[in-house]
Amino acid sequence: MPSDRTIANPPEVSGATRRSFFTAGIYAIWGIIAASLGAPASAYLFLPPKARKDESWIDVGDITYLTPNQPVEMAFRRNRVDGWKVVSEKLTAWVVKSPKGGVSAFGPQCTHLGCAHHWDEAKAQFVCPCHNSLFSIDGQVAFGPAPRPLDRYEIKLDGSRLLLGDLRKPEGNAV
Amino acid sequence: MKPRFEAVVAWLEHRTGIHTALRKALYEEIPGSSGWRQVFGSVAAFLFLVQAFTGILLAFNYAPTPGDAYNSLRYIVTEVTGGRLIRGLHHWGASMIIVVVVLHMIQVFLYGAYKKPREATWILGVALFLLTLAYGLTGYLLPWDNRAYWGTVVVTQIAGQAPMLGPYLTRLLGGVGGIGVVTFARFYGMHVLLLPPATIALIAGHVYLVRKHGVTPIPADENLPSKHFHPGQTFKDTVAIFIAFAILFTMAVAVRVPLEQLADPSDTTYIPRPEWYFLFLFQTLKLFSGPLEVLGAVVLPGLAVLALILIPFIDRSRMVKVTRRVTAFAFVALAAIGWTGLTATAIVTTPHPDQAAQIDYSGPTEWLQLSPAELAGVASFRQERCADCHGTGPDGARLGPDLTRTSIRRDAAWMIEHFKHPAALRPGSSMPPIEVSGPQLNSLAAFLLRLNPTNASALQNAPDFASKGAVVYQAAHCDMCHKINGAGMLAGPPLNGLSKRRSRGWVEMHFADPQKLVPGSVMPAYKLPPQDLENLTSYLFSLPEK
Repeated sequence: MPSDRTIANPPEVSGATRRSFFTAGIYAIWGIIAASLGAPASAYLFLPPKARKDESWIDVGDITYLTPNQPVEMAFRRNRVDGWKVVSEKLTAWVVKSPKGGVSAFGPQCTHLGCAHHWDEAKAQFVCPCHNSLFSIDGQVAFGPAPRPLDRYEIKLDGSRLLLGDLRKPEGNAV
Repeated sequence: MKPRFEAVVAWLEHRTGIHTALRKALYEEIPGSSGWRQVFGSVAAFLFLVQAFTGILLAFNYAPTPGDAYNSLRYIVTEVTGGRLIRGLHHWGASMIIVVVVLHMIQVFLYGAYKKPREATWILGVALFLLTLAYGLTGYLLPWDNRAYWGTVVVTQIAGQAPMLGPYLTRLLGGVGGIGVVTFARFYGMHVLLLPPATIALIAGHVYLVRKHGVTPIPADENLPSKHFHPGQTFKDTVAIFIAFAILFTMAVAVRVPLEQLADPSDTTYIPRPEWYFLFLFQTLKLFSGPLEVLGAVVLPGLAVLALILIPFIDRSRMVKVTRRVTAFAFVALAAIGWTGLTATAIVTTPHPDQAAQIDYSGPTEWLQLSPAELAGVASFRQERCADCHGTGPDGARLGPDLTRTSIRRDAAWMIEHFKHPAALRPGSSMPPIEVSGPQLNSLAAFLLRLNPTNASALQNAPDFASKGAVVYQAAHCDMCHKINGAGMLAGPPLNGLSKRRSRGWVEMHFADPQKLVPGSVMPAYKLPPQDLENLTSYLFSLPEK
């Protein structure tokens, strides 16, 4: 089969130099093209879009009449930037007034896998129904697989009105 | 390492035969005369891949409905990293692929490469050409701006004129009762679901036939030794692809693809024009009127396509040297002249859209929300070159404080005093006093009080006509009677959305003599210098509807 032989041993074009120049050129050019398409494509897919500012402080209500050490779930609406849209979404926070008058607002999700936890009066703990994580009234993990204390909202007080900012992890990073 | 790699290749070869297949493809024998003229097919195939790649990326951030398309595309070009570049590549790639496909066809036509036994290759090629046009037609709608909307209105109307098929085509394109969600879904479906697989299938068939019949030899080829496709021809193809890619990339970076206003079906002032490669058809259409219109819209283009398909059957002569194919050259020259003439006429006769000032919505448009006083402040900010010392944003100059970030805890009165005598209020300040008129100082203070990192884009993006127009507006105290963006009085009509209510000519005449056009109007006449009048009117026409 003569054709198979030509396939197995491609003949020289005109010297090995010319051949290797062509081959090197082909690889180089395709390398450049792949890089100049790949780099912007990766940036496009993996870098965060230019941030538009979310609404910063939300007034969630008056906290004058909160009973100390009695967590209350407070609901509020916030505008969130979602791609090309701004969506108004309902959020909740577990607000706790300490006997000394300080206020904390915990995020409503368990730090383990994101289930919604709730305040259990009898146990006096936040209970996650999914994997039985328990959190004390100051948000610390008391039991279970939760890896870190409850997330907290940034807090500002305007007289007796409670204003909430971003939800942050205990280390201070935004969630 | 090397033996292991070879072992993998051998394993793969044994299971799939891919190595042999690849070598067979690469070392195919081609005629000795082959060379640079045969690169266009490869370039077209490459550009198709670029379109597919960038198209998929765009689809990752794009919502194909009339409600969201425009906003999601704006999001891509203004907020997503690299989005403007990806869109630029897709937009200019679409034009470029048409150019390359046509060059490919011209080359094949001039050399008579469509002749027996390559008729089927040619016909598949014509089909691919039509597919390329179909991409352009369906993709044109997807930005859902005015240009897209009105261009598509015309296209669906033309389709509706097709003899007998008209009503069915209209139904198929979802154009019954106007362009809306249905048309949009169909165009998008065609553009991303129907056309790409069809293209891939046709390219596969086309390439298979090219391989089956071999690259077309020219009459003197018997005397030359045949060559191998690789690496000589692959290198030429690669270089040509690189040149095309470099041009495309440069255009995508350097030439901004405009995004017009959101599609507005009630806009009676918009002058629709198709993409440049369809302009000749558009112009042809104008040569026919009344009952003959169907001739220019459907029959003539249909016959042209038919003629294109039948070329191999019309010209059945033997292969001759390309230099002796005078008729073919004459034909191409004639077509080129005709095409150029029609396209040029279409461009020249396009009225300048002076109704609404042209605004590029693919940039941030926060400036549209500023009050006239604040916008006039932008003009002063530029005129006094404040940015030379007071940078805004991360790469701005840092001689003076960044005015967007220092929270200005001052009122307008303090600022105006500070503008006049910087060192008096801030001892040691090296800022020179600002020497503009009183009202302009007010404007500048008003603008700086509003300035924050979000709307600082107005400093770069507000067009000159708008900021200068706003200066004229302030100087003439228009705000004593009129309201723009919530600022001003209501003795006269509010001016937002003026372009929807009045023509530009009317407004300019109205400045000169209000009572002539609106009897009983209390507005005084304004004799403005031409440049001021131009800027003011353009500015007023750019105002969004509230």
